[in-house]
Amino acid sequence: MIEALLRCEDVSDCAQVAVEYLVRETRASQVLFALRQEEGESARLVGVTGYGVELARDAPLRVDLDDDGDPLALALFAGRPTHLDGLSPENGMDGSRLAIPIPWGAVKPDALLVVAPPPKVTTELEWFAEVLGRELRRLVEIERLRGAERLLVRERALLKTVLAAVPDPVLLTDPEGRLIVANPRADALFASQEDESEGRRRAVALNNMLFSASLSRRVIDGSEEVRRELPLVDPNDGSDRLFEMMSTIIQTHDGPGIVSVMRNVTDLQLAMLQVEENYCKLRVAETAIRAERDRLDLIIDAAADPIVVSDANGAITLMNTPAERLFTAAENESPSELQRVRANDAHLSSHVANVFLAPGARFRGELGLVDPRDGQPVPVEAISGTIENEHGELTAVVTVLHDRTEELEKARLYEQLERASKELEEKVQTATSELVRQNELLRRQQIELEQASNLKSQFLANMSHEFRTPLNAILGYTSMLLQGVSGPLGEPQRRNLERVDSNARHLLAIINDILDISRIEAGRMPVHLSRFEVPMLVSEVLAEVDPLIARSKLTVRRELEKSLPVLNSDRPKVKQILVNLLSNALKFTPSGSVRIAASPKPRQDEVWISVSDTGIGIAEADQERIFGDFQQVDGSTTRQYGGAGLGLSICRRLAEVLGGRLVLRSKVGQGSTFTLVLPTKRRRK
Amino acid sequence: MRHEGSSTGKKSGAQRKVLVVDDFEDNRAMYAEFLRYSGFEVLEAANGAEAIERATASTPDVVVMDLSLPVLDGWEATRRLKADPRTKHIPVIALTGHALEGHSQGAREAGCDWFLAKPCLPETLLATLNELLSDDPRPTRGSASLKAARRAGNGV
Repeated sequence: MIEALLRCEDVSDCAQVAVEYLVRETRASQVLFALRQEEGESARLVGVTGYGVELARDAPLRVDLDDDGDPLALALFAGRPTHLDGLSPENGMDGSRLAIPIPWGAVKPDALLVVAPPPKVTTELEWFAEVLGRELRRLVEIERLRGAERLLVRERALLKTVLAAVPDPVLLTDPEGRLIVANPRADALFASQEDESEGRRRAVALNNMLFSASLSRRVIDGSEEVRRELPLVDPNDGSDRLFEMMSTIIQTHDGPGIVSVMRNVTDLQLAMLQVEENYCKLRVAETAIRAERDRLDLIIDAAADPIVVSDANGAITLMNTPAERLFTAAENESPSELQRVRANDAHLSSHVANVFLAPGARFRGELGLVDPRDGQPVPVEAISGTIENEHGELTAVVTVLHDRTEELEKARLYEQLERASKELEEKVQTATSELVRQNELLRRQQIELEQASNLKSQFLANMSHEFRTPLNAILGYTSMLLQGVSGPLGEPQRRNLERVDSNARHLLAIINDILDISRIEAGRMPVHLSRFEVPMLVSEVLAEVDPLIARSKLTVRRELEKSLPVLNSDRPKVKQILVNLLSNALKFTPSGSVRIAASPKPRQDEVWISVSDTGIGIAEADQERIFGDFQQVDGSTTRQYGGAGLGLSICRRLAEVLGGRLVLRSKVGQGSTFTLVLPTKRRRK
Repeated sequence: MRHEGSSTGKKSGAQRKVLVVDDFEDNRAMYAEFLRYSGFEVLEAANGAEAIERATASTPDVVVMDLSLPVLDGWEATRRLKADPRTKHIPVIALTGHALEGHSQGAREAGCDWFLAKPCLPETLLATLNELLSDDPRPTRGSASLKAARRAGNGV
C-alpha cells in the first residue's frame, strides 16, 4: 500500500489508492474522499473520488466549512476518526459511517475520508491515515509548486509579448552593457547571428560599443535616470540613426541592471537640422543681398559711363554722377542749358520706349546727345537691359551710355589709314602689273634677242663661207705669183705681193675667229676627246709660234712639272688656246721673258697650264673686258699689235666648252699670267 | 713650202689626171693653173652633172670636188661616182668653204676620201694629191688626219 501511495503523482491518484485500500481492508461498501478547498475567504470540503458513491459533476459533495454545525466539518477538525450516523445522506451515503480526518502534519487537516459501514478504529487504520496525510501533503505541495511555476511561465511569456509589442527598442543590460534581455527592436540593433553579413555584424558591434560608452558615462554620472541622445547605425542599410535613450538602474537577483528604452529620433533630428540649415541659408542670402546692393551702388557710382535706371513707366529712378551731368540741370542754369538737358532727356526716353516695345532682350542704340554746359556733341552708344520680377513683369530698365567720341575718332583715323593703305595697294598693284608687263616685254625681247643672236650666228657662218671663196682665190693667186708660177717677179712686186698675202692671211684669221665664235654661240662647237700628254702638246705649240719667237727678242722658258697626268680632252682646242695665249704674250711683251708652265692639281682633279709674260700688264678694271668680243685694251692697240681682238674671247669660251676655265692675274707694268685650268676628268656640263 | 710645188710637182704629177670641180671659175682656174704648172693633166667641171660626165668619160686619177655646186651638188655627185663601178675607184677630195662639222661628216658619208677646207692654198692641195696618189697604200680615213689636213689648209 505504501509503495502504491509513493508511486502516486498527484492528489487524485493518491485519493484513488486510499479509497481502494479501505474497500479492500475494511470491506467497506462505500468510501468518499473529500479535500478541503479554499475559495477566497471561505473554505469548503469537496468530494474528489469515492467508491459506491455518486460523484456526479452536477452534484458534488460540497460542505461549507464555515458552517460549524455540519457534522463533516466537525469531523474534519475533530482530530480523530468520528462515528457519524445517518444525519446527512450525502452522496448516497447514509447510515452509520466513520469519518477519518487525514492529518496534515502541523497544519490543520485538509482531507476527510468517510467510510461506511464504519470499520473498527485500529492502530493500522490510524497509521494508514498518518501515512496518507504525509503523502497528500507532499503531493499538494508539489501541485502548488507546479501551479506557481505554470503561472510564472505564463507571466514571463506575457511580459515578452508586451515587450515585443513596444515599438521602441527596450533592453536590459548589466552595468557593463552586456545584453540580458532585449525586445526584437533592440535585437535588430544590438544582436547579430554568426551567419549574418559582415556589414551587419560590424554595425551591431559598433552599436554595442556606442551603447556601452554611453552607459559607462551614465554610470559614472551616478544619476538614476538619464535621458540622452545615442547615435547608432542601422545594421540593415548602414544609415545613421539617432535615438533618444532613457535608462534606469534596477536591482535584479544577479545584481544591478540597466533598463534602457530608446526612441528613434532620426527624422526629428533631420528635420531640426533642415530647419537650422534653412535658417542659416536665409541669413547668408540676406547678407549677400545686402552686400550685393552696396556693391552695386559702388559700381554704379564708380562707373565712368553714365548709367540710368528707369522704372516701368519710363521715369528715371536712379542715375550716377556721369549721367547727372547729361540729364540734370541746376535750378539756376541758363535756358540754353536747360534746353540741352531736355533734348538729352527726350533722346533717352525715346530709346527706353523702344526697350518697352521689344522687352526681354538687350537693346542697343546710338544717341546724339550734347554736353549741356558747352553744347559739344556727345555721341553715345546706349545699351539697355530689362529687370523683371519673379512674375516676369518688367520693373526697371537699366541703360548704360558709352561715349563714342574717341571711338568715332579712331574709326575716322582707321578709315583714313585704310584709304591710304588701299591707295598704296593700288599703286603697288599698278607698279606690279607694270613690272609684269615689263618682264613680259623683257622676256619677249630676250627671245627676240636669242633669235637675233641665232640669226647672227647663222649669218656669220654663211658670211664666213662667202668670205672664204674670194679669199681662197686671193690667197691662191698670191701664193702662185710669189712662187713664180706666172713668171719671175721683181723685188718691189714680190714685196708688195707679200703684203697682199700677209693681209689676206690676217683677214682669214679674223674670219676663222668669227666662225669659231659663231659656232660656240650656236652651241655647235664639236668636242672630240682624245688622250694626250701635255709636254708633247707644249712642244707643238712652241713649234707653231716659233716664227713669232724668232721675230721677238724674248726669252721663252718652258717649266713643266713632272708627274703631269695624261689629259683626256679635245687636243686641237687645247692647242688652239695655248697658241693664242702664247701669241698674245709674245705680241704684247716688248722685252723680258715669256714662260709656259704646267702643274698638276690632283686634289681638284685639275691641270693648270699657264702662260706668263713680263709685258705691259692689264689694269684690273680692264681684266674682265678683254675677254669680251672684239676687245683689246683700247682701240689703238689693235693697230699696234694686230689681231681682231677675238682671241681671248674664243680662248675663254673654248676653255668652258672643255669643262675648264681661263684665269687672268695681271698688274699694269708687271706683266700678265693667263692660266688654263683643265679638268683631268671631263666634268659633265 | 712655197717652193715645194714647183720643185716636186712636175715630176710626181707628170702622168696624173685630176678633175677639178668648182662653180667659182676663179678658184677652179687658179687650182687648174697651179696643178698644170705642177705637172698634172687637169680636167674641169662647173657643176655636179658635168663632174660625173667628165669623170665617166675620162676616168681621172683623182677628183677635187667643191661641195656647194649648182645643178647637182658635190655630195650627190660623189655618191653617184662612188655608186658607179666605172668610177667608184677614183679618190674624191672634198673641198668646201663651209667649215662646219656637218659638212665634213656629210662628205664622208657621201663617199669622199679626203676633206679640205677653204681657203686652201694650191700648194696644200698639191701636197694632199701627192700623198694620196703616192705608191703607198691609201691613207686611213681617220678624223685626225682629216683635221690635220684641214688645219694645214687654214694656213696658220
